[in-house]
Amino acid sequence: MRDAAAIAAARLAASLSRLTRMGGGTTLPGRIATVISPGLVAGLSSRLARGVVLISGTNGKTTTARSLAGILEAAGLAVVHNRAGANLLSGIATALARGATLRGRMRGEVGLFEVDEATLPAAVEATRPCVVVLLNLFRDQLDRYGEIDLIAERWRRALAALPSESTLVYNADDPMVADLCRDHAGPVRAFGLEEAPHGEGRALEHAADARYCYRCGRPYEYTLVTLGHMGHYRCPGCGAARATPQVCAREVRLRGADGSSATLVADGSAIPVSTVLPGLYNVYDVTAAAAAALALGIAPATVASGIAATAPAFGRGERVDLGGCEALMLLAKNPAGFNEVLRTVLLAEASPVVLIAINDLIADGRDISWLWDVDFEMLRDSARAVVVTGLRAEDMALRLKYAGLSAERVSVEHEGDTALDRARRLLREGERLYILPTYTAMLHLRATLTRRGAVRGFWKE
Amino acid sequence: MELRICHLYPDLLNLYGDRGNVTTLARRAQWRGIAVRVIEARLDDPVDPDASDLFFIGGGEDRQQRLAAPDLCGVKGPALREAAQAGAAVLAVCGGYQLLGHYYRPAGGPDLIGLGLLDLHTVHPGPGSRRIIGNIVVKETGAGRILVGFENHGGRTYLGPKARPIGTAIVGSGNNGADRKEGAVWKSVYGTYLHGPLLPKNPWLADELTAAALRRRYGDIVLEPLPDLEEHRAATAAAIRAGARGLAWPGARAQAPERPA
Repeated sequence: MRDAAAIAAARLAASLSRLTRMGGGTTLPGRIATVISPGLVAGLSSRLARGVVLISGTNGKTTTARSLAGILEAAGLAVVHNRAGANLLSGIATALARGATLRGRMRGEVGLFEVDEATLPAAVEATRPCVVVLLNLFRDQLDRYGEIDLIAERWRRALAALPSESTLVYNADDPMVADLCRDHAGPVRAFGLEEAPHGEGRALEHAADARYCYRCGRPYEYTLVTLGHMGHYRCPGCGAARATPQVCAREVRLRGADGSSATLVADGSAIPVSTVLPGLYNVYDVTAAAAAALALGIAPATVASGIAATAPAFGRGERVDLGGCEALMLLAKNPAGFNEVLRTVLLAEASPVVLIAINDLIADGRDISWLWDVDFEMLRDSARAVVVTGLRAEDMALRLKYAGLSAERVSVEHEGDTALDRARRLLREGERLYILPTYTAMLHLRATLTRRGAVRGFWKE
Repeated sequence: MELRICHLYPDLLNLYGDRGNVTTLARRAQWRGIAVRVIEARLDDPVDPDASDLFFIGGGEDRQQRLAAPDLCGVKGPALREAAQAGAAVLAVCGGYQLLGHYYRPAGGPDLIGLGLLDLHTVHPGPGSRRIIGNIVVKETGAGRILVGFENHGGRTYLGPKARPIGTAIVGSGNNGADRKEGAVWKSVYGTYLHGPLLPKNPWLADELTAAALRRRYGDIVLEPLPDLEEHRAATAAAIRAGARGLAWPGARAQAPERPA
């Protein structure tokens, strides 16, 4: 009875929120529903026949979840999914309420939820997941989380509460994540990259976080650096080292803005996968999704076709028609991610025109110091022009000055509209614009583009 | 002329874009035609007190501070004390600032013994206490110059009589949230909680450190002024975002909008 009222209230709130254009209605309905029925998430989760999958990590949550949703749908499963990326408990509750009938019957078989890093313990407790996917831990939004080690502690707590029959899917290449996962008593399926273009002998970049062994404090030695602090590491002190993962990506090929391909080796079979998602970080996301799908018993051929059918999520490799030319929007919210996005842009185009949008709202992180950990020096000898916008446009312009870009190549435009127009005018025939926004700057630019009819609302797609 | 910088623990204490401070010092020297040499000193690397004139230490989390503290006092301590005593410039931010004091008492575990270069100590009031997080604007004691930045620290720092604060927080908390003072200075040794990073938006302090470092080797010198237009615009925008009113930097129009995203 209580659940029925909660579900009905959530539906009403979702309709109203869209009607009044307050937003996508992806969090408020769940908040209302759980006030009416505090046990709603646990109750509805337990009625999903194939259980719940939780996905967490600093980078790649939304894209990994979309890729896994693509695979599960290719397998004919109906998925209950917080697709728009509302990843607190309220967002999960909203998705569950939307996927339930008023009598509390679930219209899907499997729950698929991306979860904010700090929310993982509460989400594990509420949903009792059968699979947990841990992607990576990078420094991000330290003003909100305090310290990265505090997040690691929360994850340790979440894993301790995980049912022992649950499968833990984790990134073997991230020393911090791997260290957290080594004590899980139940089944594990680690994933990782066996190779990365130009990864051998590459030095750790400035943004690398976990350089010192979590067991003994000595600096790790790397034979391969993939991105950030991830790669093939070994501690010369205590011997803690990357374990060979059960799901490995080999033959990794990046095709600039056009996507990437790899061969996934798992359980003795090789699965060739190809995706339109650009950049090495998306190779990780796709490999993680495949590892989770295999843990759920999905056939390798279905994994490949599901990945091929997955389109980029809003703002994450999304293509936008600017009227006669194309823009590629690549969300960039922390140093490790931003560096990879810059590499992807430069692989696609030798002298690109770039629009960078930096906000400092709560969802972006109010502290923008991290801009100085991004290797914008990569743009010094390449970028033809950079337009900067957002609430901290001046900070971004200053960062570019010290990265060595001359003032003529950098322009500041405060309004999203004028920034897009200026960038558009800088493009030559056939060129593509690269838009690199922080999270709320991405939502803001997308709202502008939605008004212009170039994209759809993020909750609709 | 050469600006000789020693960057301490560049891969261990670099939490909030701290290396931007070294980038700023180096580029501003180059723009003035001054050569720059940066030596990186990691764990176990000894420091030559005469080889560098400007020492920089960034911030870290408790775990990294715990790794750095014994090395700072043991391996590098005597050399740093000798250099500072002889007039070398030192800048320490956040975690590094805490380690320049007598000790840091963390929320859990034993005290970390600091270098004692600045007369101060830091106490974390416990795991349940409020962390000091947010934009900060500081007015320098005396000349009244402005510093803008971001602070994010659990520990509360208390100054002894031999250290004086850099200034007073107009917005934000500063050293301990109680006396509104921020930072500490002794000779040319500066400690502060401000990152953002500190120096790009506060070029006057970058130049003051540079002048002190060059003075040690070359005697009194006058630094050629730089245009600093982008620096002042960014400082103005940061002050407005922080909620500080009526501050003006030369050449920068108050143009940053306050609008919802």
